[in-house]
Order: sequence, then structure tokens, then C-alpha cells
Amino acid sequence: MSRIGAISVHIVLILIGFVWIYPFLCMLSASFKDTEEFFAGSLSLIPAHFNLANFTRAWYAGNFNQYFLNTFIVTATVIIIVLAITATCGYALGRYAFPGRRWLLLVFGLSIFVPLEFSVIPIFQLIKSLGLLDSRLGIILAEAGGGHVLFVLLFASFFRQVPKELEEASIIDGCGFFRTFIRVILPLSKPIIGSVTIMQFIWTWNSFLLPLVLTLSNPALRTLAVGMYALRGENIIDWTGLAAGGTIALAPIILLFLFLQRYFVDGMAGSIKG
Amino acid sequence: MEKAMVGTINQRAVSGTKAKRNRKALWCWLFVAPNLIFYLLFQGWPIVINWYYSMLDWSGISSNATFVKLDNYTRLIADPYFWKAYRNSFIFMLQAVPPLLVLSLVLAATLNNPLLRFAKLYRTLFFIPVIATTSIVGMIMIFIWGADGPLNYALSKLNLPGGGINWLSDGRTAMYAVIVTYIWKNLGMNMIYWLAGLQSIPRELYEAARSDGAGHFRTFYHITLPLIMPIALVILLLNTAGALKVFDLIKTMTDGGPFFATDVVSTYIYRYAFSSEMGVPSMGYASAAGIFFAFTIVILAVLQGLIRKAVLRTWGGDNS
Repeated sequence: MSRIGAISVHIVLILIGFVWIYPFLCMLSASFKDTEEFFAGSLSLIPAHFNLANFTRAWYAGNFNQYFLNTFIVTATVIIIVLAITATCGYALGRYAFPGRRWLLLVFGLSIFVPLEFSVIPIFQLIKSLGLLDSRLGIILAEAGGGHVLFVLLFASFFRQVPKELEEASIIDGCGFFRTFIRVILPLSKPIIGSVTIMQFIWTWNSFLLPLVLTLSNPALRTLAVGMYALRGENIIDWTGLAAGGTIALAPIILLFLFLQRYFVDGMAGSIKG
Repeated sequence: MEKAMVGTINQRAVSGTKAKRNRKALWCWLFVAPNLIFYLLFQGWPIVINWYYSMLDWSGISSNATFVKLDNYTRLIADPYFWKAYRNSFIFMLQAVPPLLVLSLVLAATLNNPLLRFAKLYRTLFFIPVIATTSIVGMIMIFIWGADGPLNYALSKLNLPGGGINWLSDGRTAMYAVIVTYIWKNLGMNMIYWLAGLQSIPRELYEAARSDGAGHFRTFYHITLPLIMPIALVILLLNTAGALKVFDLIKTMTDGGPFFATDVVSTYIYRYAFSSEMGVPSMGYASAAGIFFAFTIVILAVLQGLIRKAVLRTWGGDNS
């Protein structure tokens, strides 16, 4: 590539890149501005002074402390459940030939044709009939639901490559099926655990429709994504307060992504190649 | 996907007694069971019961339900608002997916150049909207596209037309605003898909093409395009289905408005199943709409599968 060519490519990429993150910079700066400065029409991305009043307003008056706690509990629990059920499932399917295995693979394979999005009414009714409609557990179960076929495949193809000698040695040492898995095999799969954790984190943290319908009758259980939407409907629009709330909600996920993006990108790229 | 697993499974030589074998099978089933239960409860059961729900006259709140056979479907087909939403879903998909695929491919091809510096940094930048919570993005976008928002400010500063428009409250522009936002949000995801495809092409092929004197465009057309065709069809399928199912962005940006200009099937279903603005909800009717649309998506997926086979035959791809 010629030097001028390279420079012009960079200029174009920087311009587009700026457009791509401008909305977030805009939100971040608005969350430090007071209402007057915000409406003065100054679109400067650097606020005149950094005041935290918007954050305290969103956190206490806007109930973002509650929403944040809800989101954190739901996300963390869902990740633990999903890791536990997909790692074990992937281990059995990827490692052993057992009666019914082919049938299971077929059933899981069918999930590609199942649009989860249109299951919201049955899932709502299911949670309701379990008596969990106004509980955090209901949201957690609904969010952890599904076949997680991508994750099962990631674990299965990883476990398939683990040398058989490791298991045999552990069995000779007197470990059973379960202990062999927990103490010998599972610790090897840290990269997959990383991918599954960050992907599930992002999906659950951002999930909107399920927590929306499951918290319609109980606002105290709202997650950040739902709380933000509800807040906008309730009041005269408090833009700077909403911006601060948005910053609170997005900061954890963007920071986590910046540190662990390799796991996420690898996992997504893996999904398309499968 | 599933075929590959069957083919490469490590068929262990079974050793030990029959009792030992049975115990192992039992353990395997125990290990599979939890995920299977979550799958059957939250993905399998909904499909079965949805058919039943769709034939009920039922609010979903009380247990009062009357079996009305196909009445919900006849009502649905007779409702012009349903067809409006149905059409909007396709307008949205047809206008969002092609530019999304082309732009992300151009971006991926640019960033795939090993001589380009900071490629990783750019990749991160373009990926940030993908991981951002959609409902929060929706809120930011109401401001960005607003009458006094930064977009109109920039347009008027640059003396471009469109400065005074309130994009999201104008029935003629709201759909475009949502589509552009959708492209903005999903570009990074598709960029990663394309990069995965591009990186699976051996470098030697490009070197061979260069030594044969082929230029950038011809190399792209004769080497890159045929080789990424199999993955391109998967990406197309994912995007078609994704765009037809769009909900979060529309719900938070426009809620289907103004005057149903951006109302799609998913927001239509939500309105009948959960919203109080229609009076008593009618979950049976909403289920019928869901099944009707899911059916459309399945038919499209099958059609795409057939097209995929035909395309792969002509392009000579070797993937099954």
C-alpha cells in the first residue's frame, strides 16, 4: 500500500470510527453536565465542570441502585447456571458414546430452527404457573432457559481434544466420573469458560424483552435495561439523569468487553464457522 | 454442525463389564439432563403449547379461556394493522440487511490487511455498539435523532438538507432512522463474521494471485468472493432472521410509532399480549400472530437453504 493510500484509509477509518462511538461519548459527557449546560445547545463533548449530581439523582431517586443490584444478581446467577449445565452437557456429548447420544444431538440440533423470541408468551405463562412471576428466581430461570447449543458445542469440541490418558490416570487414582470431571477435566477448559462467561454476561446484562414482561407487575425487580425504558416513560424527560443512568448501566459491560474481548470475539467467530 | 460432531466423535473402545458401562451411561445422562431440561422447558414446550394458545380466546391473565379453533387466525388475516406490521418487518429487513452486509464486508476486507496498523483498535471501536445494551442505545438515539439533537446540529452546520426534521416523530423518516441505527449497531458483529471467513482463506492464494499480476479488485472477485461464499450464506441467514425479529431497538426508539409507521410484527405481538393500551390483553390472539410469523421465517430459512445449495453448486464451494 502506498503511503498516501495508507494515510487516507486511516483518515476514513478514524472519521467513521468517531461516528461509531460518538453516541457513547455524547452520553458520557451529558451525564456530567447540568440541565442548563445540556440545553444551552453546546454539543461540546467536554463538560464545563464534572459534577456528579446526575449520578446521585439516577442512583437514588431513579432507583438505579436497585436496578443495578437486580441486574448484577440475575446476570451472575445465570452465568453460573449456564456454565454448570453446558460444561457437563458438553463433556458427556463430546467425550462419551452412550445410548441415546445420537438422538440427543438431533434434538439439540433442531434448536437452530426454534425462534426463542416468539416463545415469550409461553415462557411468561410457565414462570407464572410455577408461581415465580414476582420473584427474581423467575427472571433467572427464564434467562437461563434454552438449549445453549453454541456453548455446548464449544465445550464438547474442547473436551474431545483432551488426551484420554488424563482421565485414565485419574480413574486409576480412584476418582469417579464426577470427580474426574470436576478436578481433572474442567480446570483445563478455562478458555471456553472465559468465552461462555463473557458472552452470557453480555446477553443477560442486555436482555430486555423477558425481564420487561416478567417485571410488569413488580417494578422493584426491574433490571437496568428495563428500568431505563420505564423511567423514560414515567417522568418529564430528565436527559442528564437518564444519561447518568445509561453510563452506570453501560460502564461495566464496556469495561469488561475491553479487557476480555478476545474471548468474546473468538466465541462469536467460532459460532459462524460451526 | 451436528453432523460434524457425529462424524468426529471419539468412539472409545468400550472396556469393562456391562455394569460399568451402564453406570457410565447413567452418568452421561445425568450430565446431559440439566441442560436438556432447560432446553425442553424453555424452547421445546413453548412451541408445542403456542399452537394450543393460538386457538384460545384468552386474556392470559385469568384462567378463563374458550377454545375458538382458527378464529384468531381469521381475525389476524383480516386485520390491516397486522399486515402493516408484517410489511414493515420485511421493509425493515430488506433495507437494513443488504447495506449491513456490504458495508461490513468492505470494513472487514480493509481491516484484514496485515499491513494496516491499529487494525485491532479499529475493530474494538466498531464492536462497541454491538455489546451495548439496546434499550439504552434506544434512549441515546432518541436524543441523537431529536429535533435539537447533534445530528440536526451537524446537518445545519454543514448546510445539508434535513436540518429541521424531527426524524423519529415524522412518519416518513422514522423507519429510515431506525434502520440506520440498526446498521450502526450491528456492523461490528458482521465485521467479525466476515473477518472469520476472510482469515480462513490461505495467504498463499493471494500471493499466487499477485505474482500472476492480478489487481485488488480481480483478486477479490476471483479468490475472496468464491471462497467466502459458504460463510456468506450463513451470515445472510443470521441477518435475515435477526432483522425480522427486531424488537428492543424499535420498542425503545419509536415504540412502533408514529402512527404505526415503524410497527413490526414483534411490537404488534407485544401490544396484544402485554400492553395495557389495548385494554384487556389477548394472549391467544398474540400467539396466533407469533406462529404465523414464525412460520414465515421458517419458510424463508428453507428457501435460503435451497438457494444456498444452488449457489454452492455454481460457485464450486466444497462445504456441505
